Amino acid sequence: MKRVDWQRTVLVLAAPTLAVVVAVLLSSIVLVVSGNSPLRTFESMLDFGIDPDSVIQILNKSTTYYLSALAVAIGFRMNLFNIGVDGQYRIAAFFAAVVGGWLALPGPLLIVVVILVAVAVGAFWAGIAAVLKVTRGVSEVISTIMLNVIGAGIVAYLIDPSRLGVLIGSQQVSTEPMPESAYLPGIPLGEGEVFGFILIALACGIGYWLLLGRTRFGFDLKATGLSETAAVASGVDVKRMILRAMLLSGGVAGLVGLPLLLGESHSYGQDFPAGFGFAGIAIALLGRNHPVGIAIGALLWSFLEQSSQILDLEGVPKEIVTIMQGITVLSVVIAYELVRRFSLAQQQRRVGAELRAAARSDEGAVP
Amino acid sequence: MTAGLVDQTITPPAPARRRRRLTLPVVLLGIAALLVLVSLVRMVTGADDITSSGTIGAALRLAVPIGLAGLGGLWSERAGVVNIGLEGQLILGTWFGAWGAFEYGAWWGALAGIVGGALGGLIHAVATVTFGVDHIVSGVAVNILGAGATRFLSALVFVDTPGGGVTQSPTLPPIDTFTLPGSGALRTLEGKGWFLVSDLAGVLGGLVTQVSLLTVVAIALVPISYVLLWRTKFGLRLRACGEAPSAAESLGVNVYRMKYLAVIVSGGFAGLGGAFLAEVATSIYREGQTNGRGYIGLAAMIFGNWRPGGLAAGAGIFGYTDSLQLRSGGESVHALLLLLAVVLAGIGVWSLVRRRRLIGISTLGVAALVLVWFLLTDTVPDEFVGFAPHLTTLLVLSLAAQRLRPPAADGRPYRRGGD
Repeated sequence: MKRVDWQRTVLVLAAPTLAVVVAVLLSSIVLVVSGNSPLRTFESMLDFGIDPDSVIQILNKSTTYYLSALAVAIGFRMNLFNIGVDGQYRIAAFFAAVVGGWLALPGPLLIVVVILVAVAVGAFWAGIAAVLKVTRGVSEVISTIMLNVIGAGIVAYLIDPSRLGVLIGSQQVSTEPMPESAYLPGIPLGEGEVFGFILIALACGIGYWLLLGRTRFGFDLKATGLSETAAVASGVDVKRMILRAMLLSGGVAGLVGLPLLLGESHSYGQDFPAGFGFAGIAIALLGRNHPVGIAIGALLWSFLEQSSQILDLEGVPKEIVTIMQGITVLSVVIAYELVRRFSLAQQQRRVGAELRAAARSDEGAVP
Repeated sequence: MTAGLVDQTITPPAPARRRRRLTLPVVLLGIAALLVLVSLVRMVTGADDITSSGTIGAALRLAVPIGLAGLGGLWSERAGVVNIGLEGQLILGTWFGAWGAFEYGAWWGALAGIVGGALGGLIHAVATVTFGVDHIVSGVAVNILGAGATRFLSALVFVDTPGGGVTQSPTLPPIDTFTLPGSGALRTLEGKGWFLVSDLAGVLGGLVTQVSLLTVVAIALVPISYVLLWRTKFGLRLRACGEAPSAAESLGVNVYRMKYLAVIVSGGFAGLGGAFLAEVATSIYREGQTNGRGYIGLAAMIFGNWRPGGLAAGAGIFGYTDSLQLRSGGESVHALLLLLAVVLAGIGVWSLVRRRRLIGISTLGVAALVLVWFLLTDTVPDEFVGFAPHLTTLLVLSLAAQRLRPPAADGRPYRRGGD
């Protein structure tokens, strides 16, 4: 038994290794074709990426990406494609910021309320797509994409100073800043500090792992994803599962904007960053929907983004990093598929060999 | 992981009763009824722009990229490959279209756009057909790659050009346009503000004034796709790959090659759509200018029940709602709220007649809400006008999704000798 496990470990590690090798190779080709030296580029990225300041930035970004990828992964585990994390976290962070700026509560309590509001709004926004899917059969892929744009439009409308927003300076529009007592303290690391929210993100990762691996709900969720017919046969109400999984995914998506909101910006301005949701999809794919894998994926993603900041100084367009990210995702999914096929074929061969051996020993026994 | 874009487990089986086919007279009658309704709404609200030639012209220009993306989706999904990567291929089309037009002239731009989109299609085909990666996953990767590649290429190519930069190209040379004779008379009629006559003149005028030659090409691609896919042996084989690939293989069709071809053509269509968006609709490449139109094109195709005629109608609707933000949007969309309320009320009453009480009552409820909104306000905020096409997509799909039938093997990875 031990030997089989060892083989599995090799296979599990083979996929990401293969993918990284391919990604580095392809990125190098792009670099060479565009007239840059791959070695120098990678070297300066690495140098800049392990700079202490960069490490803090990377950890902070990873916190955000980790939550985003978890939200996506919850859907992925049951074949639900929540492409709408982007819209969900923005509308959630907006309303959380509005509540945070308006409510007069003691700091820690206010933080809790802000988190709860974000989760509720995120779940609600994802819930629309879920309801449309179970009642009207609308694909969540399309509906969540449309809800992204609609959510952004609603936020743009409400953030106007005549409505829920305030004018900061003469140009900047944002929500009412939260009181200083509701700033989430950071965790000191070297010279600076990282977002305190990183602990909550870790807790979410552990929660995700427990939920999927140790509960009835998680089992049903994975079963539905692997074989819907089998799940139905064993008494799973698929529609209810879709609804609950989507609400859960949206709830986690609601948290995505909070590391930034509670740790740095303390208000939702017009320049609140977008696009974390799409990064989350890619990272969930990189991490194979596994809580540890996602963490590694999030770190890699943030590392690439942070370390590319140096490239403009080197005369390489830093946009190369987006290509690297795209290539990485594509090679990872292809590598996983190849490894899956290989191990399937291995398995069949082994079973075949065992059956043949059994048949031979039977033949030997009968006559 | 496998997923088609319409959940078949939730879609109930088609009713045994035969559905009436949409024949040409029925379609024309429907269009006429809609025009009367719109004309009435215009008279009541005074929002002249909802049928002005300017709006219709803009709607046509904006419908073309959506329709081309939808055609791309049609080709690919008829061969059984879901192509969420249309958005990325559209983006590639905008960049390559702009680059080709800037370097070599307008028509070379269209060609370059096709090539760029087809490259995106090729990547999607390699991942889904050869390696059997989940279609949605691969599509998402293509979208990331498309956005990244164009940004990188802009940084290389457009930065040192006059007016260009990392996020945009210089202004592009125009593609020739033409105006049919008699459009002046239509313009006069349109100005009169008569019931129905002026609306008709406005719509016709919009369709024949300053039409880009590329628009004509794009519109021609709809019947061409129909004939190729439904009236030739090749088309039958291609569609067989989307319905029952194993059966097609057993009859000697090379399923892999068919799927490759379909997905590459699909990317080419989306690429042409992108080139059109950059060259004709805006005459500049700007980062993010596709704004989800690839997805909307996919929605148009779903709305059109995986048929070319239906998707063209869908693209028309989305293009129209898209055009409103350019032409006194708030007022026009406000007027259309009345139209929406009337149409929803009609659907609600119809559902009640058909004894579908829950749907009927909820639709009537929504209609009443829309009517109240219309009565209590004078205009719709700009921010809402911006997402009008997306909200329309959502509405249309939620009203239509259950009666649709996607190709049977749509979105399923296929392996020769598998199953």
